[in-house]
Amino acid sequence: MEQFDWTSIPGALPILADGMLITLEITATAILVGILWGTVLALARLSGNRPLAWLAAAYVNLFRAVPLVMVILWFYLIVPTLLQRWLGVSQSSDIRMISALVAFALFESAYYAEIIRAGVQSVPKGQVDAAFALGMPYHLTMRLVVLPQAFRNMLPLLLTQAIILFQDTSLVYVIGLADFFGAAYKVGDRDGRLVELLLFAGAVYFILCFGASLLVRQLQKKYST
Amino acid sequence: MSYNWNWDIFLSPTPSGESTYLGWLLDGLQWTLTLSFGAWIMALVLGIGLGVLRTVPNRLLAGSAAAYVEVFRNVPLLVQLFIWYFVLPELLPTTLGDALKQTDPLAQQFVAALLCLGCFTAARVCEQVRAGIASLPRGQRNAGLALGLTLPQTYRYVLLPMALRLILPPLTSEFLNVFKNSAVASTIGLIELSRQSQQLVDYTAQAYEAFIAVTLLYVLINVLVMFGMRLLERRTRVPGYIGGK
Repeated sequence: MEQFDWTSIPGALPILADGMLITLEITATAILVGILWGTVLALARLSGNRPLAWLAAAYVNLFRAVPLVMVILWFYLIVPTLLQRWLGVSQSSDIRMISALVAFALFESAYYAEIIRAGVQSVPKGQVDAAFALGMPYHLTMRLVVLPQAFRNMLPLLLTQAIILFQDTSLVYVIGLADFFGAAYKVGDRDGRLVELLLFAGAVYFILCFGASLLVRQLQKKYST
Repeated sequence: MSYNWNWDIFLSPTPSGESTYLGWLLDGLQWTLTLSFGAWIMALVLGIGLGVLRTVPNRLLAGSAAAYVEVFRNVPLLVQLFIWYFVLPELLPTTLGDALKQTDPLAQQFVAALLCLGCFTAARVCEQVRAGIASLPRGQRNAGLALGLTLPQTYRYVLLPMALRLILPPLTSEFLNVFKNSAVASTIGLIELSRQSQQLVDYTAQAYEAFIAVTLLYVLINVLVMFGMRLLERRTRVPGYIGGK
């Protein structure tokens, strides 16, 4: 059993902080796009329009059937080609980061769509009927009546999914992006202190995620009626 | 820019000449299936045990099971895998750790991935089992005890047979997750399905064919598991409940 040596961590904190920024950037983008695009997908899936509902269901089911690792690799294959062909973006720009952002945003949308669909379905049908009876068109009914109630019901689930997403961003390791985990791994590899850095990264993730999940639980208690 | 599609690539021999690229994919599929089934069995046994512990009256036992769940749920799977693979051999006594490092690398990767996926999924199974037991009317436990059954007997003959049947649908999605999560094992070099797709890209540069084939295999696994679990759900559903006979 070897002796622990934590001395390489204090000096590496700036690198680790840069990594954490990338992790947070991917997480925030994926949450934002995921909820917006997820809402569109959920409403499409619940709409009376058959082809639209079918397309949305196919999108969601496809993304949910494929491992995230494969999705990240797929977008790292597709995105650089598209960027060069359509936008003429040069090779030098940060293609790994853009690929990761696109991959996570589109992947998480599928998961958010399912949560939002369940949330919309949890709103009593009478609410929709009442809004229609008041003469509201579809988009107003959704925006002013159904979605506000649905989001309130599913807030804990959305936040829990955000915690899972935060953990999943570590998988950008497969395309060599230095997020928090990637940075920790690189530092550990460089200094020959992989054991300490991996344990440190695990502890940081645990504290952040456990803290966040406690907050979600409190919120849930406060809002449950 | 045009891409040269070449689906025949799967039939051409690999550089070593012993196999075709299709053979590589099937090898990868075999590892993915072995790893996932192994981890699932481990997760079921450990997860049901922990789920029971979470609901027993003993505070200490229930608390330790809850702590286990929090630890394994709040650390990313990738970090857990690296800890099993890189850190664990260093924490063991030197002779044992060294002996472990001398074994076949493939065996080391497989065992680390199996333990990682098994323990990770067990935490999730545990939560489902706890929820299943908690959803039963309290009278069930009391009735079992009042009949003179011991606590273990009450679990064995009264609570678990009902709870496990009720949580079958959420367990199905956990089972599907095991297959998807097994792809993370590619990061430590285990030559499972997604690792093989990357190998194919490195060797043949036919990235689209390789990724499409592997993606379809994952979708196929997904469809087969869902079909199988639906049959099982139909066989085991409880009369008198929603969705029952």
